[in-house]
Formats: sequence, C-alpha cells, structure tokens
Amino acid sequence: MPLTTAMPTQPNLPSTHWRAGMPSARKRYSYAFLDEGAKREIRRKLLKAVAIPGCQVSFGSREMPIARGWGTGGLQLTLSLIGPDDVLKVIDQGSDDSVNAVNIKKFVRNVTGVPLTTDTRVATLIQTRHRIPEEPLHANQLLVFQVPIPEPLRLVEPSERKTRRMHAEADYSRMWLYLYEDIVRFNEITVGARYPVMVNGRHLMDPSPIPRWDVARLNQSEALLLFCAGREKRIYAIPAHTDVEPLSFEDFAFRVENFHGHCCSRCGCAGSFLDEVIVDESGRRTFICSDTAYCEKMRRRGAAADAAQEENR
Amino acid sequence: MGYVAVKGGAAAIDNAAIFALHRRAGGPSSPLETAQIREQLHFAVDRVMGEGSLYAPDLAALAFKQAAGDTFEAAFILRAYRTTLPRLGYSQPIATDGMRAIRRISAAFKEIPGGQILGPTADYSLRLLNFDLQEESPERTQQMIAQLLKEIPHAKPLPRRFPKVVAMLRREGLLIARKPVAGNNGDPADVTRQALSFPAPRSARLQTLARGETGGLLALAYSNMRGYGSIHPVIGELRVGFLPVLFKNPINGLLESIGEILVTEAEVIARIGDDQGPAMFSLGYGLCFGHNETKAIAMAVLDRAMSGQAPEVPSEDQEFVLTHVDGIESMGFCNHYKLPHYVTFQSELDRLRKIQNDPRPEEDTCP
Repeated sequence: MPLTTAMPTQPNLPSTHWRAGMPSARKRYSYAFLDEGAKREIRRKLLKAVAIPGCQVSFGSREMPIARGWGTGGLQLTLSLIGPDDVLKVIDQGSDDSVNAVNIKKFVRNVTGVPLTTDTRVATLIQTRHRIPEEPLHANQLLVFQVPIPEPLRLVEPSERKTRRMHAEADYSRMWLYLYEDIVRFNEITVGARYPVMVNGRHLMDPSPIPRWDVARLNQSEALLLFCAGREKRIYAIPAHTDVEPLSFEDFAFRVENFHGHCCSRCGCAGSFLDEVIVDESGRRTFICSDTAYCEKMRRRGAAADAAQEENR
Repeated sequence: MGYVAVKGGAAAIDNAAIFALHRRAGGPSSPLETAQIREQLHFAVDRVMGEGSLYAPDLAALAFKQAAGDTFEAAFILRAYRTTLPRLGYSQPIATDGMRAIRRISAAFKEIPGGQILGPTADYSLRLLNFDLQEESPERTQQMIAQLLKEIPHAKPLPRRFPKVVAMLRREGLLIARKPVAGNNGDPADVTRQALSFPAPRSARLQTLARGETGGLLALAYSNMRGYGSIHPVIGELRVGFLPVLFKNPINGLLESIGEILVTEAEVIARIGDDQGPAMFSLGYGLCFGHNETKAIAMAVLDRAMSGQAPEVPSEDQEFVLTHVDGIESMGFCNHYKLPHYVTFQSELDRLRKIQNDPRPEEDTCP
C-alpha cells in the first residue's frame, strides 16, 4: 500500500476566499470538499467513462455529508469538476426550489463559493435528479445526473457478476425479452421512467429515472452528459454527438408520455413535460410545467407579449 | 388555479433543522454531556464507531448525541467525517493473541488454558427492569464496586497473553489451515478506495462485514443459523479486549504503538468439510470495533457461510451479503424514497392509464 507521509498541500488561495462566510467548523475542509486525491481519481474514471460511452466504470465512492441515495454520486462529480469560473444550477424533478436541490446547492456554494443560477442557458454545470431541462443545452455545458440504480439489466438480473458478463458479451436478449413479454401481457411496454437506452450501438445504459419524454435529448447531445451512482459506486457518460436510442421494436414504437392536449396552467405552454397536480379532494387535476425555471421564463415571456399587445392597442 | 410551485425551500430546511433541535434539546432536562454518553452508553458508542468505521469514542459520542440516539444516523455522521480525513498510512497487522483481554470465553471446551474469563457481561443476569436506576445513587454504585473489590482481594492479575483455542485445534490437524486474506497483488484490499467486485478477496469481505450494520449482519447470519444454511457454528473463542495499534515510523522505520483500541473478536468453528483435502473443521472469523458480541459472532458466521464453493442460500452468496449489510448505504437508500418522485410517478401513471385505456383524467383544458 502506498504510504503518504505528508498532508496534501493547499494551493495558494485568493484573498476573496471561498471559505469566507462558512461556519468555522467547515474551514478545515478543502476546496469543493473532496480531497484532491479523490477528485483526481473521479476525473480519471470520468475520462475512461467518456472513452467508452455508456459503459459503467467503478470508482472508490466517498461518503458525503448527504445521505446515500440522495445524490451523493452526482455531488461527487460536481465537486470533482467545479471550478471558480463555473455557474451552478441544481434541479430535482425539474425544480430549482425543491428542498433536496436547495440543500445540495447550499452545500456546493459553501465549499466553493461559485455563483448559482436557475437559468439553464447561463449555467455551466447543471446537476439534476430525474429530468433534463426543457431548454436545449450547448457545448460548453456539463449535465450531471444523479443515478440511483446504474445497471439497466437489474430489472432482469439481480447479480452484478452476471450483469457484468452480459455487458461484456453485449448479450441484452433478456432485456429485449422483458419488453416483448410486457407487450404480450399488457399490449404496452410498462417501463415508465428509467427507460433503457442503447448508447453508441454498444452498451445498454440506464439513463437514470428521467421520464421517457427526456430520452430523445440524450441523442446527439451538444453537451457532455455525465452519470454517477454514489451508493453503487459507478460512473458512466455520454459524450457529445453520440447516438443514443431507446430500445424499441420495428413494429412497436417507443412512445413518450402523453398529456392528451393538456398544457401548463401557469405559463400556458403545451410543449413541456407536465406535473399532474391534484387540486382538491374531489380529485380535480391541473397541470404545470415540471421544469420550473423554464415555466417562469415562458410566463414572463407571455406577460411581456401581453404587455406589448396592450401597448399596440 | 389551486397550486403554487414550492418556493422557499431554503427557509423550510433551516426551520426543519431548528424543529429537530427543539425535539432533541428543547425539553426541561439538562443537556447530555458527551462524556456521559461515552461512559454510560458505551455499547451505543461502540456500535457507532464500528458502523461508522472510525475508532474515535469522543466523536462517536458526539455523533450519537447529535443524532438523538439514532445509531444509523450517528454512524453516518461519523462516516461522513471519516471520509474527509487525510490518509497518512496503514498500521501494521496485529496478532490478536496478544490482546489485553477483559473477557474471554470458549463454548467448545469446558476448561481452556488461561481459563474462561466472564468479565463484564449481562449474559446471565435476569432482564428485569431495574427501577432503582430511576433514581440512581452514585454513592450506592461506588459502594457496590468497593464491596466487589473487597471480596476478591486475592484475585490473580490476568495473564498478559492467552493462548488461542483455535490454534490448539489447528496444531492437532482438526482445523483447516489459515487461508491468505490478501487480494490479487498481495496487499489487503481497501473497500473505501476500490468498489467491490465479485468474487471479492477475503480481506474485502472482512472489511465490509466489520463496517456492516449490526442488525443487518444479525438478520443474515440468523437466517443461516436457523435453517437457510447449515454451518452449525460453535464459538471456539470470543474475546473482548484492547489491542495496540502499531505504526511504522516513516522516519526511522521503527514500529511504534500509537494507541489502543477496544475490539471484540469471534472465532467460530464450523461444520466438517472436505472440499480442501481431508475432512476437517472450518473456521469463521469476526472482529469489530468496541464491545459488540452480537456483531462479531454474526460476522464470523457470515465469513464462514460465504467461504463455501457454490452458494445455495442468501447468506452464502457473497454478493448478496456484502452489498446489503452497509447501514449507511441501506438506510440512505431506504430514506431516499421520501424525496419527491412525481416525475417518475407521472411516467408510471401514463403507462397504467394507457394500459387501462383510460387516457385522460377529467380536467381543465388549454385556454
């Protein structure tokens, strides 16, 4: 085993210090919380993941101050990649203000001092749980997904030893069979979110529990898409401009969620993924955009258009 | 419109934390001191150190206080702290026959060289609620301790070193030879730096079990003892005591003791097997931080259960055991279901409605 005799050296830090404003007990932690050795390992594993699109790479996942299953994987990627010039956005189920997203943002800001945003276009690094933002991403952005279960084959095979072999042999027949049997039983594929996708024509990949609505955005993405499961200790990636296809049959197409013509009751738009909200005890429903930042933008745009119309009148 | 998107998450989190503080410390009783926890709730502290995988009694007591007695949460706090500490090096392997034992028993033999030492245990006490403790008097406790010491004034001091029961069996050729525990390159694995892969080297298996959650280990080991498995354990030796931690001085290369740790060690003798030559007993090994006999025995049973050739029951399947015994991971994932899942649920709803041919919920349409 390697024996390190010296403490990791601290880089010279600027006077407008990221530690300023942190509670005193936290001042002991290094920039972006993780020690430099951990960051280096994670970046190296990321390079491997990018080189083999969709292939799960194991890594020495660290314990984080948030619980396993609450985004420790995504958080480790974010902390390994973030720098002082980054602008961070964190969303949970599409929302910037969800408590877990707020908690993660607060933590990252405390240990780095980076500015936060809710604007998808402005962010350089976006950490997400279960959604891809509605607005298109560009080449200078990183999208980091929190992944609960990185193994798409877990649905059909519980043993890691066996699934690793299945990936090595590109033997995905049991997954195909699962989908086929679904069609036979239900005349429909029952997989809701977490729909298995084929990456670069080689690796079957779990896209994390994003809705099927978002699956098309994985294909030929402008931005680099990074996935990490902290508890299961796996990293994988989809490089920009990579083919990503949901598993589907020639005579049975992949279909996204159908909102049957409903539109957002806040901003009025009809082209976004909607949350169905139960309004009262009678079970009356209304629909609103799942992507809260997008919704706000559309609402403001709508209000501005209304005002302009008013003026022209 | 009857719904406003949830805002103000930050304030809600802060307030929730203060409510939790109120719940723990808002009552009329005086605040717990960590020294009280460390001394008087020592089993809890030991459990937190073991599952948190950091030998630090004061910090474990603090974590236990902060977590208001939730051992999962306390172990998690300690583990999260541990991960931020620099790794300065690795201590030397310790031979446990040199343990400064405070308790040492064997269920395999009536008499053992060095003797059976019952030590501090509640094993044979009646589990009756002791109402005297409601108003515990320190004077009375002191009196009882003084009385005990007076009655056994001539007790011989314990020997420095107890011979190992299993070593004697091994000399007689009744027990299979010690198997190497190292990984492929000869060094012990480090499960905090390398994700487990299967089959895992024994060092990785033992590390994972030693960090495992006591209840989780117990449930799996019990399944084996009760019938889903058949290792039929006999406790060859169970020890509780202090071990020196030896560290090689990086400057002069000399071994130095940098402190002592309290550990519990269990060696279970298991069913006769002949898969590695002539028929012999096999052995399962358990060792954990602090005084936690349930954990050490369960660990030893699982170590033995997993060492067979073809797993037939869950406790013999190392992937099944090792991926499910970590309390920090299992507790975290169990609780993550409290996070909103409305996007995924929407997606599932869509599927079910499609299947039921009931595509549209009755409600508002576009303006």
